[in-house]
Amino acid sequence: MSLIKEIDYGTPIRVNTDQVTLTIDGVNVTVPKGTSVMAAAMMMGTAIPKLCATDMLEPFGSCRMCLVEIEGRRGTPASCTTPAENGMVVHTQNERLAKLRKGVMELYISDHPLDCLTCAANGDCELQDMAGAVGLRDVRYGYEGENHFKSVKDQSNPYFDYDPAKCIVCNRCVRACEEVQGTFALTITGRGFDSRVSTSADNFLGSECVSCGACVQACPTATLVEKSIVEMGQPDHSKVTTCAYCGVGCSFKAEMQGTRVVRMVPYKDGKANEGHSCIKGRFAWGYATHKDRMTKPMVRAKITDPWREVSWEEAIQKVASEFKRLQQNYGKDSIGAITSSRCTNEEVFLIQKMVRAGFGNNNVDTCARVCHSPTGYGLKTTFGTSAGTQDFKSVEDADVILVIGANPTDGHPVFASRMKKRLRQGAHLIIADPRSIDLVKSPHIKADYHLKLLPGTNVALINALAHVIVTEGLVKEDYVRERCDWADFEAWARFIAEERHSPEQTQAYTGVPAQDMRQAARLYATGGNAAIYYGLGVTEHSQGSTMVMGMANLAMATGNIGRRGVGVNPLRGQNNVQGSCDMGSFPHEFSGYRHVSDDATRSMFASLWGVSLDEEPGLRIPNMLDEAVEGRFRGLFVQGEDIAQSDPNTQHVIAGLEAMDCVVVQDLFLNETAKYAHVFLPGASFLEKDGTFTNAERRISRVRQVMPPLAGRQEWQIICDISEAMGYPMHYTHPSEIMDEIAQLTPTFKNVSYQKIDEMGSIQWPCNDAAPEGTPIMHIDHFVRGKGKFMLTEFVPTEERTGPRFPLLLTTGRILSQYNVGAQTRRTANTAWHPEDVLEIHPFDAEARGIRDGDLVALASRKGDISLHAKISERMQPGVVYTTFHHANTGANVITTDYSDWATDCPEYKVTAVEVRRTNSLSSWQEDFNEDDKRLTRIEAVNAAE
Amino acid sequence: MSSSPTRLYIPCDSAALSVGADRIAAKIAQDAKQRGLNIDIVRNGSRGLLSLEPLIEVETSQGRIAYGPVRSKDISSLFDANFLAGAEHPLRIGSIEAHPAFKAQTRLSFARVGVIDPLSIDDYKAHGGFKGLAKAITLSSSQIIEQVTQSGLRGRGGAGFPTGIKWQTVFKAEADQKYIVCNADEGDSGTFADRMLMEGDPFTLIEGMIIAACAVGATRGYIYIRSEYPHAMKTMSAAIALAHEHGYLGPNILGSAHSFTLEARLGAGAYICGEETSLLESLEGKRGIVRAKPPLPALEGLFGKPTIVNNVLTLGAIPFILAEGGQAYADFGRNKSRGTLPVQLAGNIKHGGLYEVPFGMSIRSIIMDLGGGTYSGRPIRAVQIGGPLGAYLPAHMLDIPLDYEALSAQKALLGHGGIVVFDDTVDMAKQARFAFEFCAKESCGKCTPCRIGAVRGAEVVNRIIANQDREKNKIVLRDLCEVMTDGSLCAMGGLTPMPVMSAVTHFPEDFDQMPDRKAAE
Repeated sequence: MSLIKEIDYGTPIRVNTDQVTLTIDGVNVTVPKGTSVMAAAMMMGTAIPKLCATDMLEPFGSCRMCLVEIEGRRGTPASCTTPAENGMVVHTQNERLAKLRKGVMELYISDHPLDCLTCAANGDCELQDMAGAVGLRDVRYGYEGENHFKSVKDQSNPYFDYDPAKCIVCNRCVRACEEVQGTFALTITGRGFDSRVSTSADNFLGSECVSCGACVQACPTATLVEKSIVEMGQPDHSKVTTCAYCGVGCSFKAEMQGTRVVRMVPYKDGKANEGHSCIKGRFAWGYATHKDRMTKPMVRAKITDPWREVSWEEAIQKVASEFKRLQQNYGKDSIGAITSSRCTNEEVFLIQKMVRAGFGNNNVDTCARVCHSPTGYGLKTTFGTSAGTQDFKSVEDADVILVIGANPTDGHPVFASRMKKRLRQGAHLIIADPRSIDLVKSPHIKADYHLKLLPGTNVALINALAHVIVTEGLVKEDYVRERCDWADFEAWARFIAEERHSPEQTQAYTGVPAQDMRQAARLYATGGNAAIYYGLGVTEHSQGSTMVMGMANLAMATGNIGRRGVGVNPLRGQNNVQGSCDMGSFPHEFSGYRHVSDDATRSMFASLWGVSLDEEPGLRIPNMLDEAVEGRFRGLFVQGEDIAQSDPNTQHVIAGLEAMDCVVVQDLFLNETAKYAHVFLPGASFLEKDGTFTNAERRISRVRQVMPPLAGRQEWQIICDISEAMGYPMHYTHPSEIMDEIAQLTPTFKNVSYQKIDEMGSIQWPCNDAAPEGTPIMHIDHFVRGKGKFMLTEFVPTEERTGPRFPLLLTTGRILSQYNVGAQTRRTANTAWHPEDVLEIHPFDAEARGIRDGDLVALASRKGDISLHAKISERMQPGVVYTTFHHANTGANVITTDYSDWATDCPEYKVTAVEVRRTNSLSSWQEDFNEDDKRLTRIEAVNAAE
Repeated sequence: MSSSPTRLYIPCDSAALSVGADRIAAKIAQDAKQRGLNIDIVRNGSRGLLSLEPLIEVETSQGRIAYGPVRSKDISSLFDANFLAGAEHPLRIGSIEAHPAFKAQTRLSFARVGVIDPLSIDDYKAHGGFKGLAKAITLSSSQIIEQVTQSGLRGRGGAGFPTGIKWQTVFKAEADQKYIVCNADEGDSGTFADRMLMEGDPFTLIEGMIIAACAVGATRGYIYIRSEYPHAMKTMSAAIALAHEHGYLGPNILGSAHSFTLEARLGAGAYICGEETSLLESLEGKRGIVRAKPPLPALEGLFGKPTIVNNVLTLGAIPFILAEGGQAYADFGRNKSRGTLPVQLAGNIKHGGLYEVPFGMSIRSIIMDLGGGTYSGRPIRAVQIGGPLGAYLPAHMLDIPLDYEALSAQKALLGHGGIVVFDDTVDMAKQARFAFEFCAKESCGKCTPCRIGAVRGAEVVNRIIANQDREKNKIVLRDLCEVMTDGSLCAMGGLTPMPVMSAVTHFPEDFDQMPDRKAAE
């Protein structure tokens, strides 16, 4: 194993069918037009010295190390800023150039500390490399002149340091912040010799910096360097793996010293992220070895007992015997499992296999239930596939971007950066969101229209947009006639043309000015390639599925499906939410979204698995909990999920858990759900396992083990062990064999294998004989279901209504630095940015209630109440408040209701009627929580003799 | 007061203001009132003979009679002498046009400066204004560019690039938007021609820009004025507003299909923003740092669109060229340097000011015949031509003609036409150090040779002056100049070695003096 060193071409790789041929140092080389002389040289293996150039960034031309001679041209042009041209004759090395480069390097080093041996970048410093490359032996200027040696370090960021003394002013950090991340947090202050990198604030932590790490990655010296490198030193080997945070699925090099992670560096060849990262993937991996990690299986008879550490064998036997006992006493349907969108495809597949083949029922569901289940339903119904239509790269061709109910800069930051890049190039932007999310107005980006709708009125809005398109003759009729079911379309068009769907009529619900809706609809329909990106603000509603279909209707009617730059694109919340759905986690579907009642499919599974399979769909998560309260559902296996914190109406969830006889939790940490568990099985983090994740663009990427599992066992092995103990043995020696079985049983995965993923880097399903290289863009010539299906989307307001007692609407979401229930990010330094959940409230609403910024306020709904601090924010609209659910002790979901999507039971997290008032105490739920936090998590002291 | 008023011209040019022109104007108005005399004061530009400022001209039956330099104390005697009738007085100069230093000039671009009311469109038109534009709108783009090419006009900002070729490049570029940007960030020490044109005859610049816009199909223009020019900014802005009002700017100019809107923008005090790409960055609202070329601004300039960036003097020459034809302009000058150059004399000079002369005149003749030699009366030792980045030439080389190539052959440059004169008391080692200090102060900081090199250069010259490892440091200095010349991103760092090396070459003795002796002096 060695350290992966990616080639740096110095300037971005250009794509162009026109080629030019030039001569570099006597060798002919043919490159795409637009390629720089520097990159052309690198393509033939000649590394021209450079410092300010790197292929993640546009050429800048400041360091003057890459000067070359070009026959027939005056002077010594910089090879990074000079495009290759036909017939050009370039010399990259001669005496004059050598002297020039050495002269420049001499200047650099005259203002650079000579502490190489004790410098954090020692061994990974481009300045050092270049000094070596040009043969600098003497700095004749001495070191007594003006210099920056005494500059003060900025160590405010918990993850990296900024040392101005080492800055060579290459601007790579500033450019990375602008071009790659799009935050524009950095600049150079001062002029001439005084030039130094700076933020707008006193330090990095206090600035707009989002800590994505792009600047650190871009820095060629130790000016911006990871604290982990400062502490540990340089890594000795690395492996490419996939981030376990959001559904973007970034590729990273895990850079290691032995089995210790030194840093995570985004991988340029990763097609989801193209070498970029966010604060979570780049820096917030310390949770993997946090002291709270559980490494021993534990059991207890009652949840009020302390935990007792036991052997793996004992724990597994306990699970098997309890589950068998429950099935004997209460019937085979009395137990079930929940799969995790945080786990690998292989692990998820095994859970559902254990349930279907081992438990003999279909009581398996997944946390996607509470996030993107309407996406699966809606897109399958209209297009024929339960997944987004595009790859991320497609956004580069979008002319109009419609973001609905998504906050990409917080939730999917790396994709947001790609989107912002396109927006800066001039693509139009329409945002439908109750809040003024950052994307509405950020540096060099301004939404053309912000449709600031009231929570719960999505369908009214999408109908209004469709109404405009249909009634103003903006339908792409050729497309619809060729690609869609015409009769369905006509029925839909008649429906949607009814006056009650007009912007003027619906604005009473949405609160969006009719004229804005009209203009936004026209822009979407006529502005070129139009792409929809959406998130949980679409799905987590009582009409989540309706809204997904409403967006599909809009895209079909305007011909915006089936090519690059368009599409309907769910931004998936968790790393493997697409995968967990693909793997047959839903109670009614086998892998590849095939219904359990389909005889042919079922018999295929049955024959390979050697058991008969139930043809009746099993229980969904909410049904499991309801049944548990009723006493009919007694045992649950929870894989890497924390329903006690993440699912709505916490008190009902807890009642369900408390009613069960055997709750088994497999997780990295003793999470909230584990408080109600009887068996705890320590899980393995993504660094400890082999497997695959499937991201929001259906991209299957490898997760590669870089350290042994802390608990001694792989999760897939544990599942096999439980299944075997229950009487259904499974035989695998490596996760790749599980993938082989998935491929064998799933038509859309037919050609997927670890070997193929290794060859291609990643694969987007469907990958089969019809699409051997995978499918970046779906529905190109025809929809997967044949003809695209328009669905009627009647707006039915949610039953959750405001009233005199609860006059405000609460909507929930997440924030950049924290991730979902926070189990991971709360155990990292990310808490520096978000130490607690706060309630965002508009100044009007705050004023009316006498609430000042920072006050403790009680937030009450019909379901419960909690206390948290208020943050007065004009991002909100009057009447709407917002909070996050990252901190268990906040209990945001104590407030949320049982209302859910009519089709999929996806909870309506986004709309809860609430009232807010000042308070001086925690709520009783929170006080109980704090008590339970101690009472239900005790671990029996290990024998002192040990 | 029945008789028609007597018209007086008192300059509003900044140079005149700096020696009290406003005070003079006020006092004359007041005294006239007291004396019951009917006068009409026009605030004109300056004729450019700055040692005569404040220069008052009185319109009389004998023509415009000049008096100057006028101090407050002279005013009552002027009245007493009946200067309003052009009568004799010790300060009487007579007709300025007949003044030898004026007569020797060829005023094409500056023909109206000091003559007309800068903000009177009627006055402008009465003196041939908008004749070029009237011609231009009857011509096709190619025909306009043809005239410019034929004139042999070269960029007057310093680079001397043929204007016709630049315009042709922008014309040929296909884009939905093109821009005309006027570089009025006149930062070279000893230069003031841009300012004088903008303060004295702003419509000439506007007309030049409109013609440029017609030539290449640009619809928006900007004049980037340095922040130290508040008066120019005020006059230019007022003139632009008037031009918009009178249909010279805006849609369908003079009934043609051409549309052009123009705006004056104030810089933020950076010399480097006179470099065209920095200027564009600054105009876009960013830090003024140099862009790498390619892409050329002609193809990807302001906001990434094809852009003509021309100096005030370049654009100021255009109305004449169009009005009289390219050939009429090309008839002046020599070799590849055609037309005229408004030369600015400064430093240790008796008659500093602006003198528009045809190319080919010798430097010595300009300094001696027009400028009257040094102010101190001591012999000339060195002359710096072309601003702070231009070469220092010794007195014996001054017979060199005003000619881009002739200067270039002497490792010198013409720049923006500024000539700064030094007498024999100058210490050229200190001037060399100043070149580095200037560069260190004004470097944008983007490229390494300029950012660090300038600082090190000053340090090295200091060591040479202090006789520390003098011979070794002379080699270091030479090497540094080579790195800066060949390695810098723009002319700022690239030309800083020019004054340094010219000082070293032509005045080696100044780098070999013993420091103690110097200190004793």
